[in-house]
Amino acid sequence: MEGMYAFCVGLLTACGIFLTLRGRSFSVVIGLTLLSYAVNLFLFASGRLKLNAAAVLGQSEQYSDPLPQALVLTAIVIGFAMTAFVVILAMRARADLGNDHVDGVLPDQEGESSHKSGGNN
Amino acid sequence: MNSLTWLPFLPLLGTLIPLISARYSRTACAFLTAALPALTLFLILSHAGDIFQGELFQSAIPWIPAIGLELAFRLDGLALLFSILILGIGLLVILYARYYLSAKDSIGKFYAYLILFMFAMLGVVLSDNLIQLWFFWELTSISSFLLISFWGHKTEARKGARMALTVTGAGGLALLAGLLILGNTVGSFSLQDILDSGAFIKASSNYPVIVVLILLGAFTKSAQFPFHFWLPNAMAAPTPVSAYLHSATMVKAGIFLMARFYPALADTDLWFLIVSLTGLATFLMGAYIALFQHDLKGLLANSTISHLGLITLLLGMGTDLAAVAAIFHIINHAIFKASLFMAAGIIDHESGSRDMRQLNGLWKYMPYTATLAMVASASMAGVPLMNGFLSKEMFFTETLHQASLGSLSWFIPVLATLGGVFAVAYSMRFIHDVFFNGEPINLPKTPHEPPRYMRVPVEILVALCLLVGIFPGFMVGDLLFAAASATLNAQAPSYSLAIWHGFNFPLLMSVIALIGGLLMYHNRSHLFKFQAQFPKNDPKLAFEGVIQSLTVKAQRFISITENGSLQRYIFFALGLAVVMTASSLMKLNATAGQRPEIPVDAMSITAAVLLCISALATVLWHRRRIIALITLSVVGLIVSLAFAKFSAPDLALTQLSVEVVTVILLILALFFLPQKTPKESSPRRVVRDLSLAAFIGGVIGTICYALMTRPLDTISTFFTENSKTGGGGTNIVNVILVDFRGFDTLGEITVLGIAALGIYKLISRMRLYMPSSDGDGRPWSEDRYPIMLSVISQSLLPLALLVSAYIFLRGHNMPGGGFIAGLITSVAIIQQYVAHGVQWIKTRVKLDYQIMIGSGIGIATLSGLGSWAFGYTFLSSWFDYFYLPVIGKFELASAMMFDLGVFLTVVGATMLILANLGQLTTSERPVQKEHD
Repeated sequence: MEGMYAFCVGLLTACGIFLTLRGRSFSVVIGLTLLSYAVNLFLFASGRLKLNAAAVLGQSEQYSDPLPQALVLTAIVIGFAMTAFVVILAMRARADLGNDHVDGVLPDQEGESSHKSGGNN
Repeated sequence: MNSLTWLPFLPLLGTLIPLISARYSRTACAFLTAALPALTLFLILSHAGDIFQGELFQSAIPWIPAIGLELAFRLDGLALLFSILILGIGLLVILYARYYLSAKDSIGKFYAYLILFMFAMLGVVLSDNLIQLWFFWELTSISSFLLISFWGHKTEARKGARMALTVTGAGGLALLAGLLILGNTVGSFSLQDILDSGAFIKASSNYPVIVVLILLGAFTKSAQFPFHFWLPNAMAAPTPVSAYLHSATMVKAGIFLMARFYPALADTDLWFLIVSLTGLATFLMGAYIALFQHDLKGLLANSTISHLGLITLLLGMGTDLAAVAAIFHIINHAIFKASLFMAAGIIDHESGSRDMRQLNGLWKYMPYTATLAMVASASMAGVPLMNGFLSKEMFFTETLHQASLGSLSWFIPVLATLGGVFAVAYSMRFIHDVFFNGEPINLPKTPHEPPRYMRVPVEILVALCLLVGIFPGFMVGDLLFAAASATLNAQAPSYSLAIWHGFNFPLLMSVIALIGGLLMYHNRSHLFKFQAQFPKNDPKLAFEGVIQSLTVKAQRFISITENGSLQRYIFFALGLAVVMTASSLMKLNATAGQRPEIPVDAMSITAAVLLCISALATVLWHRRRIIALITLSVVGLIVSLAFAKFSAPDLALTQLSVEVVTVILLILALFFLPQKTPKESSPRRVVRDLSLAAFIGGVIGTICYALMTRPLDTISTFFTENSKTGGGGTNIVNVILVDFRGFDTLGEITVLGIAALGIYKLISRMRLYMPSSDGDGRPWSEDRYPIMLSVISQSLLPLALLVSAYIFLRGHNMPGGGFIAGLITSVAIIQQYVAHGVQWIKTRVKLDYQIMIGSGIGIATLSGLGSWAFGYTFLSSWFDYFYLPVIGKFELASAMMFDLGVFLTVVGATMLILANLGQLTTSERPVQKEHD
């Protein structure tokens, strides 16, 4: 189970980072969201995986580690605030600059866009 | 002596006085400004008697003793001498500036800068700690920058100030490096320790580096060759500044530094070579250039360079008597040069020009000032009965006793005499060219005597020239002896301050200098012609050229590394991060640890596969934005399921509700963003990014796996044990949030509130791009809100609120709490917005989300502060059990109040963001009529 979990975390990280490296703000927002899932799962896993062991006194024999859970709980909420802020910033940037590229200007027409695009892009 | 600790700070306090008092009258401002320096001078002088007896005053307040930081002052003979110069001449300059500055100049600002400089200078000479000394040293550079650029509307003032700051600032950095190495070599940053370990320092292998770096600092500050060029350009400063900084104090800081570290660093071959040769070169060059200056202040500036070179040369010689002569000349030069600068300022002020080709025959117009200037010039030339003569005589004596150059040692006295010849010639020029030599030519004003009190500082200084020159032992004997002893860190050798030493070589040298100088001045026209053959080279232009080329190079470098592409920055930052992570990961022997793994079940496999497919689909379809959003929400759903599976019900609930809110937010945002992402990544970039992403993913996955398969040594046992007894709740996660780590949560909801308010500001007055149709050109549907949804959601609202109340109340003991309840409430309200539209809600419910956020944070803070009232630390929670009929036994905890604050903030923040965004989509949507 741990191996599968770690694989998922790694895959989410990779997907998140790839999207974060894209040039349009919405892709970056999506990428950051994926990345924050990965980060939350990663942090949560530092308390080790346990089945049927909710950190509520009297509910089970043993308890999972409550500290990473508390950390991740706040991280989820802060992550939402961050995503919201970034997405509104992207909107504002688009409104003020007229495009949704992360540099604020569209890339040189003769540069990037003249190349043929890669497979999954 | 405790007063020593605050004494240097008296002038700092005084910087405020001129700023406040300038609005009354200039005279009042001048006198009030002078009060604190005068008091400081008085207090320092009150210790003079003890210091003459050989006493040393020290005070220290430790700050960070481990790294040698302290606030430490010392008052010994050398510090006393410099303090008297700084404060005494400072007071005269304050009086002088009162008349020198015109009504247009802001006198308050000028005085404030001047006093700031005085404070910095005093700090340098009184410091008993290396780092502290350096700090004040830099402060003198900064305050002198402000003073030189006081007339900032003039180009040369700005350029001169910048040049002075660059040169002395660069020297200051070298000095810092030198002092740090010195302090580390000795193992102490205390000046006393440094002075006492001279032999150790000189034997150390770091010695050459230390000497070179510290001397770089000293030479740049004291305008020694080849760093002398900034001083003539700093003459763009108002003349009181020149008189103060560029004759008496700041340029002497470098000299002071050499004198201060004399016991620790001097008296080696290296020291002799660098210091005396630099001094000699500066002495000759300054004297030579001074002769050819047409600007009165330019002449004085170059003469100052020359005299500083003379003192440096003396300090380099390495004999005790030479050090005494150096100290003596510091005093004398400060006195006569300050008076000459002031005289030059008077001439400039009353005749409108400083050009010696225009200034002629001023004797007729200002005989009194002329007399004063002539006496001071005579002292500069080294005429007997003046103070300049005495120290110059000592200088000549010392050059004769110098044998360090072996058989070439006779060069030094000969060159010294040559320098003396030039000194006489330029002094003569100052006297004859300005006050005699025909009639003034084209002066802007008719020259006249200055106001009475403008002359007073000059009179005092000139009187001192004569008094010291005639009664040297009585006037400065004790001070000189104390300062020389402090410089040598030992008893000063015996010397005689008499005017007449009989017929001897030094006297002959003086006579040769006087006669030679007069002859040289007489035949100056030939020299001037000769000098005119040289191409003109302006150090200012050369300096500007260097600065410009540096700027160009820096810009070129920046344009290579920083090309404005955010993608590139992120790529490099991530690349660096992963390299650093991976390199330490390689030290780990095995990936898997000892901890047994949980067996895999079919359910988990299904979820994991679904998660992987959705994540990959998100990447694959990220250019089709709405589809990417749907697959993204699948990922989020599975993440919350994972939390539920692995015993984190609180997280699962939070993730689930955040998921809903996030997706709604992103859908709303999509409306204002382009509907499609164009293809624009080159295949190379895709491969590059994919490789980096895959590599990072692999590294993170490995860490995660390695972490999970190793046993856990948790600190959470404390929380588990104290959750019920200390926090009064059985849901440990919630107790951690609202009690154990309540302070973190308070910070977090504050961040949430700030983010929401920031978003609110970003949304307001946004210029919107809104499409009137979808990506394929279909216009938006004109349908009103679907009736079924409206009806159901309306009836669901009370139920949803009830659920959230239940989740909130049970949060302390069961999964739930303020965060989750807040999110559920938000979702319930958003549902109403979706079903009915913003306008419908607005007319029915009056909710001010900003106030909600504010009151949430307020309640949380107050509930924390409440524990103070009962004598507990901030955010200690209190709880007890009560009994009510019907309901039964129940618990009340102050943590509940805190959680209420969390709840309100979460609802307020979420709704502030979504409702405002949603409002834009409905109220300002463009309508496209469908064409039939």
